Amino acid sequence: MAKKNESQDSAGLIGWIDERFPLSSFIKNHLTEYYAPKNFNFWYLFGALALFVFVMQILTGIFLTMHYKPDAAQAFASVEYIMRDVSFGWLIRYMHSTGSSLFFVVIYLHMFKSLMYGSYQKPRELLWIFGVAIFLALMAEAFFGYLLPWGQMSYWGAQVIVNLFAAVPFIGPDLAEWVRGDYLISDATLNRFFAFHVIALPLALAGLILTHLIALHEVGSNNPDGVEIKNYKDKKTGIPLDGIPFHPYYTVKDLIGLTVFLIVFASIIFFAPEMGGYFLEANNFVPADPLVTPSHIAPVWYFTPFYSILRAVPPILNSQFPGVAAMGLSVLIFAFVPWLDKSPVRSIRYKGILFKKWLGAFVVSFIILGYLGTVPSTIWGQFPSVLPLLGGSDVATVVARIFTIIYFSFFILMPIYSKKSITKPVPTRVTMK
Amino acid sequence: MANKSKKVNLDRRRFLVTATSVTGAIGATALGVPFVSSMLPSEKAKAAGASVQVDVSKVEQGNVLTTEWRGQPVWILNRSDEMIDSLKNNPKKLADPNLKVSSQQPKYCQNETRSIKPNMLVIVGICTHLGCAPSPRLSPKGDMGENWEGGFFCPCHGSKFDLAGRVFKGSPAPTNLVVPPHKYLNENTIVLGEDAKEKV
Repeated sequence: MAKKNESQDSAGLIGWIDERFPLSSFIKNHLTEYYAPKNFNFWYLFGALALFVFVMQILTGIFLTMHYKPDAAQAFASVEYIMRDVSFGWLIRYMHSTGSSLFFVVIYLHMFKSLMYGSYQKPRELLWIFGVAIFLALMAEAFFGYLLPWGQMSYWGAQVIVNLFAAVPFIGPDLAEWVRGDYLISDATLNRFFAFHVIALPLALAGLILTHLIALHEVGSNNPDGVEIKNYKDKKTGIPLDGIPFHPYYTVKDLIGLTVFLIVFASIIFFAPEMGGYFLEANNFVPADPLVTPSHIAPVWYFTPFYSILRAVPPILNSQFPGVAAMGLSVLIFAFVPWLDKSPVRSIRYKGILFKKWLGAFVVSFIILGYLGTVPSTIWGQFPSVLPLLGGSDVATVVARIFTIIYFSFFILMPIYSKKSITKPVPTRVTMK
Repeated sequence: MANKSKKVNLDRRRFLVTATSVTGAIGATALGVPFVSSMLPSEKAKAAGASVQVDVSKVEQGNVLTTEWRGQPVWILNRSDEMIDSLKNNPKKLADPNLKVSSQQPKYCQNETRSIKPNMLVIVGICTHLGCAPSPRLSPKGDMGENWEGGFFCPCHGSKFDLAGRVFKGSPAPTNLVVPPHKYLNENTIVLGEDAKEKV
């Protein structure tokens, strides 16, 4: 093995460490001699940005924990205390709250990249599944965190989501009681959500991100052309001809992306930390009151597409469960994409117009469902009662139903249209468009 | 080494590995029990969720008293005779006028007025859709429209209930509002959280 010689070669402190810990070889394997396709574009920034936001959420979270009190009687006041009395507390809290929204922005863009370039196709199925698991854990993390300020929206949002468990047939009510630890959302619930938010899920996320990266470095990165760079290697060195070392090439590229990201991030923190009620909702500036429900309950924007699906599905046989099941499925169905896509090619560049149309329809329905989830279902009024079938029902609900069907059709019909979509010839080597 | 490996009893080895794994798994599952049950409502929460007594002597006809049991709002509505009469008006508009979903009220309230005494409605003020708190809209018409005969309205997703907490058709709420277990200690005192023995 070459490794042993190298470690003997390097002298000084690094040499001393390398004899006891694989420092140099680790840096080589994962940075300086990890070869990534040379044709990465804009879309490939978001993985690195997601990692950056994760680290920042952990750091700001640690400092918030120093001042926050997970106690129903003190939680709301302790957040106000952070905002007003703790030195730079407002900045750290806004970094954390803005960070959570931007985490979802970069994750959604990162997922969209994978859907565009077929980064889930063989051999990257497990890499994709780890990614879906990260997304699930992130949703749980955000949900638990949202209860902590103990405002009205925290309280009633948690009430609505925990009651989803109660819709599970047979064990539902007991399950909801177990999750709450009480007969209602209370101090016991707040305390355990705090535990999940600050230790359980961050640990799970860190572990999942590690497995995601290990899987990535095992199979190598995909690229906008969706061609395998490992197929064409330099005969002498074994290095992919279309590969360039991750460091310095992509670390520098990611730094440029990070700079732009930080400009956006800082602008939000300093000029629009509440983002017009989308990042921090107005009702959450009122302390939680178990006896008064706010007139309009909406989750934070990143949950609204799924919340729309929940609302769109009508109760069947006196049960809320179908809606709850549809919402769960709308997230879990991502995990099956590697097996739903029957296209012989990976990248959207060569996949044909039919696939492009479906992906476009999916993005449009995701955005419209997302918007509808933020507003009351009466927003567009009712159909006139003279109309057959539709008469009297809320326009927005009917629209949400249509886009829910399109949302699911994107996945369920994928085996059919991905096969039918006429593909273009794929180049053997990557292109530099 | 080669000689020794012949003597290895693979069957016994497999049995021991399986037995050890199964025993370990049972132990790990048993260890999970205290952790899972630690998340159930504590003794303190259970005590706080015990029964409460409510004096209803001051609730006048046509008025509603909001009280609290297990942290949930409970309405005690003293219905007037017109209100009771209005309950018979439109069974066709209701999703479950005959109380087929029996889990929504105790047996002793499985009747036309969903109550022990015909006038006194005791009901949990939490929407059966997703747990929001509806608000009483007791008087007919008004901003609820010409056909409204009085009832309860949930602002979250627009569910409507009549003066017995029965859900109207077309509401997102799947079932009628819940009548909590309750009984009369005497003429004017209701105990929430304890079942009445039989019909009064």
